Amino acid sequence: MSSVEIAVMKPSVLQTKLIEAARREPLQDRVPYAFEKRIMARLAGMVPLNPWALWGRTLWRAALSCVAITLLCGLWTTSAAPKGENSDSFAQAFERAVFASSDQHLEDIW
Amino acid sequence: MEPTDAELIAAVIQGDSASFEPLIVKYQPRVFATARRYARRESEVEDIVQEVFIKAFQKLGSFRGEAPFEHWLMRLAVRTCYDFLRAHQRNRETNFTELSQPETDWLDKFVVEPGSADENAEAARQLIQRILTRLSPSARLVITLLEIEERPVKEIAEITGWSVPLVKVRAFRARAEMRKILAKISKEKYM
Repeated sequence: MSSVEIAVMKPSVLQTKLIEAARREPLQDRVPYAFEKRIMARLAGMVPLNPWALWGRTLWRAALSCVAITLLCGLWTTSAAPKGENSDSFAQAFERAVFASSDQHLEDIW
Repeated sequence: MEPTDAELIAAVIQGDSASFEPLIVKYQPRVFATARRYARRESEVEDIVQEVFIKAFQKLGSFRGEAPFEHWLMRLAVRTCYDFLRAHQRNRETNFTELSQPETDWLDKFVVEPGSADENAEAARQLIQRILTRLSPSARLVITLLEIEERPVKEIAEITGWSVPLVKVRAFRARAEMRKILAKISKEKYM
């Protein structure tokens, strides 16, 4: 087998060689002039996010919503409560409906 | 006496945004060097670095100070680079018919006598960059961290957020992917 064929048929040798070439490439850490100013200009007006503050804010919002819903439900219950007379007639009507079948049964017996 | 990283971070969290500038100045060369491993165009590199520092500023509240700020920032930088690779993976090159003349000459020299092809040659660096751009994002990331930067598997797992076995599996697949590309070059050019 010729050396050309050996080299062509062994990509792992080429891989090792090229990885070595990449390792030897010096780090390119140059920075464009005043790059930090550009970032600071982008950051103007932003505030770092604090996860605890976010969580606290969310909890407060949820708590306020719950209080508001509770108050609304209380108001609705109070305002929609039946008046005295109506409540009596409702109680009687309810009682009649519940005992309707037993009353009928008793009438049949008598 | 210059303020420490911890003091600067505390000041930023308390609302003094200007304290973030010394942190940028201190760490931007390392972030630029990292970004240049994954992107070639200078405009792309600058976009990546800018995104890294904006993310760092926004997430500074989640930095707990258990590890040095530099480690936290570099982890953020590598993850941002990985996101960049995934977003641009459609731009991967598809064939090797357009190798430059120095690259072709270097390959010819390697084929005739592997020992004579110099690893320091600019053509070899261009060729490896061309091959890296053809790899999938995860393969490129793992080849860069494991083979080129020679970082331990455990450290790569911490940087990427992958498990140690996953890093090993992806490294195995990445090497195979790279060999496949090299075999394709050999086939296209010499057979």
